[in-house]
Amino acid sequence: MVCLFWLATGVAARAMELPSVAEVWEVVTLENYNTRLVVLSTALLGVASGLVGSFLLLRKRSLMGDALSHATLPGIGIAFAVGVSLGGSGKSLPLLLAGATVSGVIGVLVMLAIRNTTRLRDDVAMGLVLSVFFGIGVAILGMVQAMPQASAAGLESFIYGKTASMVKSDFFFIAGVAAASALIAVLLFKEFTLLCFDDDYAASQGWPSFGLDLLLLGLVTAVTVIGLQAVGLILVIAFLITPPTAARFWTERLPRMMGLSAVIGGLSGWLGASLSALLPRLPAGAVIVLVAASLFVFSMFFAPARGVLGRWLRHRRLRKKVHRQHLLRAAYELLEAHARGSGNGGRGTSIINEPFDRADLQAKRTWRPRELARIIRSEIAMGHIEEAGEGRLRLSEEGFGEAARITRNHRLWEVYLVKHADIAPSHVDRDADMVEHILEADLVRRLEDELRDRDAWIPSPHSIQ
Amino acid sequence: MNWTSFDTWIVITAALCAVACALPGCFLVLRKMSMMGDAISHAVLPGLAVAFLITGTRASSAMFIGAAIVGILTAVFTQWISKVGNVDRGAAMGIVFTTLFAIGLLLIVRAADHVDLDPGCVLYGAIELVPLDTVRLGEFEVPRAAAVLGVVLIANFGIVVALFKELRLSAFDPALADTLGFSSRFFHYLLMTMVAVTTVASFEAVGSIIVIAMLIVPAATALLLTRRLIPMIAIACGVAFLAAALGHVSALTVPRWFGFDTTTSSGMMAAMTGLLFGLAWLFSPSEGLVIRWLHQRRGSDGLRGGSPAQG
Amino acid sequence: MSELLKSMSPAGDATGEDLSFHPDDVPLAIHDLTVAYHRKPVLWDIDLDIPEGKLVGIVGPNGAGKSTLIKACLDLVPKTSGEVGIYGKPYRDQRHLVGYVPQRESVDWDFPVSALDVVAMGTYRRLGWFRRVGKKEREAAMAALEQVGVGHLADRQISQLSGGQQQRVFLARALAQDAKIYFMDEPFAAVDAATEEAIVKLLRSLNEQGKTCLVVHHDLATVSRYFDWLVLLNMRVVAAGPTSELFTEENLEKTYGGQLNLLNDAAKALSHATR
Repeated sequence: MVCLFWLATGVAARAMELPSVAEVWEVVTLENYNTRLVVLSTALLGVASGLVGSFLLLRKRSLMGDALSHATLPGIGIAFAVGVSLGGSGKSLPLLLAGATVSGVIGVLVMLAIRNTTRLRDDVAMGLVLSVFFGIGVAILGMVQAMPQASAAGLESFIYGKTASMVKSDFFFIAGVAAASALIAVLLFKEFTLLCFDDDYAASQGWPSFGLDLLLLGLVTAVTVIGLQAVGLILVIAFLITPPTAARFWTERLPRMMGLSAVIGGLSGWLGASLSALLPRLPAGAVIVLVAASLFVFSMFFAPARGVLGRWLRHRRLRKKVHRQHLLRAAYELLEAHARGSGNGGRGTSIINEPFDRADLQAKRTWRPRELARIIRSEIAMGHIEEAGEGRLRLSEEGFGEAARITRNHRLWEVYLVKHADIAPSHVDRDADMVEHILEADLVRRLEDELRDRDAWIPSPHSIQ
Repeated sequence: MNWTSFDTWIVITAALCAVACALPGCFLVLRKMSMMGDAISHAVLPGLAVAFLITGTRASSAMFIGAAIVGILTAVFTQWISKVGNVDRGAAMGIVFTTLFAIGLLLIVRAADHVDLDPGCVLYGAIELVPLDTVRLGEFEVPRAAAVLGVVLIANFGIVVALFKELRLSAFDPALADTLGFSSRFFHYLLMTMVAVTTVASFEAVGSIIVIAMLIVPAATALLLTRRLIPMIAIACGVAFLAAALGHVSALTVPRWFGFDTTTSSGMMAAMTGLLFGLAWLFSPSEGLVIRWLHQRRGSDGLRGGSPAQG
Repeated sequence: MSELLKSMSPAGDATGEDLSFHPDDVPLAIHDLTVAYHRKPVLWDIDLDIPEGKLVGIVGPNGAGKSTLIKACLDLVPKTSGEVGIYGKPYRDQRHLVGYVPQRESVDWDFPVSALDVVAMGTYRRLGWFRRVGKKEREAAMAALEQVGVGHLADRQISQLSGGQQQRVFLARALAQDAKIYFMDEPFAAVDAATEEAIVKLLRSLNEQGKTCLVVHHDLATVSRYFDWLVLLNMRVVAAGPTSELFTEENLEKTYGGQLNLLNDAAKALSHATR
């Protein structure tokens, strides 16, 4: 996706003239007055939607923003018609956005009504409101665009978005709404968290669940509506969804996630609007979405907390460890069997660290030869195993201690799981290797007695050394 | 209103599209994936654009294939992000389709230097122009869009009839379907392919907005009227057909009530599906709002000896 | 039949047609409660008085409306008719007296909060609007976590806890509310034996402090050991009263009707109880 992004911008850049260094500098430093307004307001919008979108994501209603933004179209059309018939140009931004808000809110209410009074699920309610309202909007636009008094051509930008030139009052309006939404989201952090985590509990505690829900959707509406012009109604939900989803990969703490989401949203808005100002005819909405998407892809792969790469590495490390333990345990059990078979046998036989055959090791478990060879190589590198000539292997002194420890812990764990199956499940996610650290000393002693009875006891490695 | 053979062809084309959508739509709704229709129909844009940039024409099978591929990719990416990244499905879908749509927009900006490909026509089509572009089928002169959509409808119908049992099972209980040897993943992607192909076939003629509406709303309407699958599919097809016809008629008449000229038929058709849904919502004999209100009143009368109903 | 049921329910005698049906010293008084989802009634004519300081088990077959009863008491589902009094007043005036433990599956455990954060939610009502969780609330939450024996897991993200630990976190949240009457929805569902023990210990200690606990429970084998008071529910109150008087084969048969395998369980449970 990232490459696609560069491909696309590359293509777009070639199609237009590349901006000169001076132009780039002008945009980056926000020297141009109009650019400054546009870039600042879009960045602020990104911050606000990053915050509000976090709650929307956790409420599992991300796509509701999509339905909502589509539902604003009839309002835009009607507001335009009203504006024109009142004698204006019909393109007053506050009027259009007021219309968008009204029909967006109606859309949300219809959605909630469908969900609460029919068997239909959320997804159906959303798709229904989205398509029907958008259809009505298209029909209304079809009518008003034919109005002789004014040209409605600019209305299309509400669908695809463009970094329009912006007058100061528009800027203050958009910046004001964005700042207010962000502020409310932060002030009501505790309440929204509770609502998103456990709405029934919130209601049982006397919080107005439904009211908070409406307020959250109100904030979503506000952010969506002020984002319509810059990003367009199809893509504006990316502003609400992508930053918080990307931020979620980095942390398990909500305040941090929200902060990061605000940063990612702000960055996407700022970069997207700047790029779009630099390269004429580049739709701002698309660029913003692609910047956010690139950040998302990066987070999804490389975020250490929940990213794909981090999880894969952890999984690999675990597998390696399991293999190593299997190998050392198999080696130890070979020696154990040998000691019992050769000598006096029975209790208290001391186990001698002597060379053993590779083939015996192979027969011990169902591992593929190549796999076994790899594990042995890595253990030799770690100094646990040494070559003893003639295809034989030997445990090093350190490896012998380690093998004894692993085997002992494993046996303790086995007994524990069998004997104390009732309390064990709360510990099963733990590592058998950690048995001494999880269980109380008293319990470990009792488990050891159990092993002694079964003639499978191994002295604690601390006493070996 | 001045009805011509043009209007007849418009209604026929739209109705073919509507019914072709309603068929896979029923399964989308049952599988709780309604928003996938929306996502796919937005996301095919880059497929169209790329195919267009390569071939340079609008009426090509390359465009068809390109869009279908991207449509399926939408489903694949969504599935993949939500599984591998452990992301809420809705959010994954939103990220995928906005990203693809954005790529498509940028590509079109590039393409617009050479030829006329307007993102607007993807969204709400140009159904009024459908009858102008015709092909010969035997002795008849048929609009090309109607012919294409007719083929898609027959294909969709054929798939639903032939694989009815499997589709029903995999919609109802994917795990059971898997254990019985019908890969539910295969049927998932089959459904996605049907949606993508139908979207592409419709986009030029009628616009994707109709596709989204016709995928979801007739099926939802039918679900309010019946709880059984075969009647549901039949009702959904009927609702879709009715909405297409009513939509065109009202596009010609309704604006005049407000002193406007005619408006876009595709928008009106989507609006009509909403109207039909609203009627079912209110008056469904089994679970409409009206019947429920009546029941509740009678029920609580019996229970409480006349005290007003609550909740 | 319904006369018989009425006479068995203690509320039947205590309230009758008396209008002052919820006295101040009764933790939970339910009068004439009916709840219906859509057109299907789920609870019918519930009359119930729960005395103070009891460990109350709510027992009945699947679909008997056990969870709904709790939710109706907490105004989480609309009542078709009837009233619920908590210490003589409607629930909305008495929230500070009530602690609630919802079913564990009702929330998304992948949510980005720590165990401590979840428990601190129990203090939100006292904090009121806008105010943040401070040191005092965190300490209270920590104390509640210690009390259920998972204090060492305070900083873990909640999906990294086992099912039993998650259930304990939910209990700790209710403890942090510092209530007088607790409603618990299936706290014993799918938890390990250690957690079950911890929950029972906790219930006993709440009981010793004179608090009232209503617990939805599904395991007949343990009913008589855990609870000193029972509500046998199957859309109506089949019987309610002290466990020793109520836990009879006859009553269980009435509650579980023809559900044979469950009756088997019940027989086993009875032999357990009489042993």
